[in-house]
Amino acid sequence: MTTPTAVLVKFKQSRRAANSRSLKRWYQNGPLLAGMIIVGIVVVVAVFAPLISPYDPIKQDLLSTLQSPSSAHWLGTDKLGRDVLSRLMWGARVDLRIGFLAVLIPFVFGSIIGALAGYFGGWFDVVVMRIVDVFFAFPFYVIVIALVFVFGSGETSIYLAIAVVSWVAYAKIVRGEVIVAKTQDYVTAARLGGMSHMRILVRHIGPNVLSQVIIYAMSDIVMDIMAIVTLGYLGLGIAPPTPEWGSMILDGQEFITTQWQQATIPGLMVVVMSLGLSWIGDGLSDLLSPDRRK
Amino acid sequence: MSDVPALKVSAIVKTYHVGTALTNIFKGRKNRHTTLTALAGVDLELRRGEILALVGESGSGKSTLAKILVRSIRPTSGELFYGGRLVPAKRTKDATRRIQIVFQDPYSSLNPRLTVKAMLAELLILHKIVPRREVRAESIRLLNRVGLEESALDAYPSQFSGGQRQRLAIARALAVRPDILIADEPVSALDVSVQATILELLTSLQRELGLSILFIGHNLAVVQHLSQRVAVMYLGRIVEVANTEDLFANPRHPYTRALIESVPRMTERVEDEFVIKGEPPSPLNLPQGCRFHPRCPYAVDACRTTDPPLMHVEDWHESACLRFEELPAFSSVRAR
Amino acid sequence: MTETPLLSVRNLVLGVVRRGRPSTIIVDDVTFDVAQGELFGIVGESGSGKSLTLRAIAGLLPGGVEIISGSVEYKGRNFTSMTSGERRALMGPEIAMIFQDPMTALNPVVRVGEQIAEGPRRHLGLSKKDAMDLAISMMAKTGIPDPIRRAKAYPHELSGGLRQRIMIAMALSCRPKILLCDEPTTALDVTLQHQVLGLLEEMCANFGTALIFVTHDLAVVNETCKKVAVMYAGRIVESGPVRSVLRDPRHPYTKGLLDSAPDFDHPDRMLKSIPGFPPNLANRSVGCSFAPRCEFAQPECVASSPQLEEVGPDRLSACFEKFTIFEGAHA
Repeated sequence: MTTPTAVLVKFKQSRRAANSRSLKRWYQNGPLLAGMIIVGIVVVVAVFAPLISPYDPIKQDLLSTLQSPSSAHWLGTDKLGRDVLSRLMWGARVDLRIGFLAVLIPFVFGSIIGALAGYFGGWFDVVVMRIVDVFFAFPFYVIVIALVFVFGSGETSIYLAIAVVSWVAYAKIVRGEVIVAKTQDYVTAARLGGMSHMRILVRHIGPNVLSQVIIYAMSDIVMDIMAIVTLGYLGLGIAPPTPEWGSMILDGQEFITTQWQQATIPGLMVVVMSLGLSWIGDGLSDLLSPDRRK
Repeated sequence: MSDVPALKVSAIVKTYHVGTALTNIFKGRKNRHTTLTALAGVDLELRRGEILALVGESGSGKSTLAKILVRSIRPTSGELFYGGRLVPAKRTKDATRRIQIVFQDPYSSLNPRLTVKAMLAELLILHKIVPRREVRAESIRLLNRVGLEESALDAYPSQFSGGQRQRLAIARALAVRPDILIADEPVSALDVSVQATILELLTSLQRELGLSILFIGHNLAVVQHLSQRVAVMYLGRIVEVANTEDLFANPRHPYTRALIESVPRMTERVEDEFVIKGEPPSPLNLPQGCRFHPRCPYAVDACRTTDPPLMHVEDWHESACLRFEELPAFSSVRAR
Repeated sequence: MTETPLLSVRNLVLGVVRRGRPSTIIVDDVTFDVAQGELFGIVGESGSGKSLTLRAIAGLLPGGVEIISGSVEYKGRNFTSMTSGERRALMGPEIAMIFQDPMTALNPVVRVGEQIAEGPRRHLGLSKKDAMDLAISMMAKTGIPDPIRRAKAYPHELSGGLRQRIMIAMALSCRPKILLCDEPTTALDVTLQHQVLGLLEEMCANFGTALIFVTHDLAVVNETCKKVAVMYAGRIVESGPVRSVLRDPRHPYTKGLLDSAPDFDHPDRMLKSIPGFPPNLANRSVGCSFAPRCEFAQPECVASSPQLEEVGPDRLSACFEKFTIFEGAHA
């Protein structure tokens, strides 16, 4: 029989190794680090916009419209004389807030529906997945635009529109993960331990499928921000004069030949944000994928 | 030892419909399903306090039987008796507790996101095995019982080696104080030098806790070392059951004999006088008569038409061979 | 042995290479010879480096693992200084390999007959028809029933035992001088394992092919091989003729393996497992890697690492206590 001390020694070693390995994995994870820096900077700027923005983003100054970048206005002013840099900072507040918040409802709702469908299967699964297919087959923007027309433009209807459309992806992902997880021996063992289905789903399967959903949620935030910006550009998003990247692009595009920075910089910000979030998603998927060994 | 077996299965059948429905419709076949027979009527008794080994090759149905015993799949027909009483199709929490399993793969059998402490405490509290304040002490006792130290409590499964994980799986099974342990190839995934410790642990559980153990395996050397009785399965049927010594000294089914002759040995190799050819037929298309006859050197006409049931050979020895009396004497014992 | 060996592995060191630098040594100073037609076994547990040694010979090291030093010489030609083209020309007609899982080694979308015929066409210059005839005759020789029909099958249409036979037929179709086997029967049931081992032995005898057989099962080595090397933590700890090594081990690890595996012919013998765990190869100690688990370990075993030394006719052991500890134990 293995002597208990030998077992103990090996176990402690591997534990220390595991800890240092996971730490190392954090800072050696290039994409994650780069993504967090980018997103971190944007988030900090957005949060502190009221303190650090040089001008009021909605205050018009009709005497100094369409100025080129200068020491007073680093990114110039728009056609109503508003400071572009300030609008960019305040716009980040709106776009990021909506982006992050809009993910929450579909995340929770879709995950629960998907988990139930995957775990219990049967007619419930069939019905849910048919509904999901219907939503999946619809072009994203057509639904969003239709809903915005129905509910009117504004923040609430954007949340609602995105929730209605994007829960299906969460449902699909969670369902697939749950179907795989429930065939694992530890789930059978939990059943044999006399545990209820709910308990197994929440306590045993849940934590094992969550990482995949979180990774997806990162890319979903990107899509949501894109959606808000697109809606803003189409004039269906946040009502003016609230600063928002999409409407800034819309406002700036007529002066693209003379004042290129007005449309380009907000566009660039969308790209940078997307890149940062995608990197975080990549990095997380490296980090969170359960180490199944073998 | 009481005469009532700890666990008894009776006429268990498990068939699957393999859906090639569409092609069959096109071909105009009436029978739209192909039937796969995983278990074709299995009777087996696990006596109190014994280690019964169930051996057979892949596709013999031994793992299917294990899954039926722990109700992770339902049999097509047949009954299961626990301590002489019929186990209902929907088991109570307490009935579920009494039969536990240890799986082959020590990696998929432990939840990677639960610490050892959480895993054990959950079961102890759910089944009220001990009062809440004694949960920690009981967990430590369980770990010590399987040869692990207290410090393992706060660790996650990924911090353990394969052999240690198998000990954890055994500790989890023991936590709910079962009477019967199903061990589904528990050492097949482990290195040789670790296997022995797990086998030893199983033996000590049998001796010290009086557990009845159904050990499913394919390594006859392990089975011979560990078990008191052996049941041999072939294509969904038990073809021979006997006390371990008896079975290896005097096999009364040609398939058992073929298995024994195939075991790689540490002794000088002897030229085989008895070799079976080919591979098991598909369970989608079982042969008529005895399921072993196409590979059996002793097959006669009767074997092609009659599907033999398990027949009494002598006390505690049954064989499903029509010619069990005529088989030539054979012994697995070889001198070094 | 007086004649020049067919294959000679000299001081082979394999390591994980990270950013151009070797970080972990996983096979350390492995040396052995294989003569024409010899049946050579390499035994060890997971992580012993046995499969990597074999893969180094085949030139199939996984990404990140490289030969750090040492040589693999085939008929006096050094593999490590050959171009990959020259290496490839050897694989098939001179050296062939079979794997544990035939499904990963066979192309799923090519009929098995064509897969067997491909080697002879390329290496022996046979016409398509001749190569196919050879493939069918190889299939018949490996005991595949109805080879003409089976040659048209795809790998997934065949059972595991038949696929393993196909792989053997494929490996031997160009009559290689050396057949490398990586646990070829581990995934098979006992009766099939028995058939495949018998087949390998018979085919190698017929073609005069040497066999390098990697396995974890001592009994399989006993039945298949004539010579054996026991590996532990990347090193050969003992080698010699199979019978004498397994009867009279001269290294505590070999003895530990023998004591921990149930012996079919001695069911009542108490099993004795090896305490502890294999070492972490990333930080090797200066001493014998088996010392922490060894019941015979002396202070010197921790201080320095024993080298392979002769302990009998054609026998080597890397243990300081090789002569003293087993006296009388197995005599």
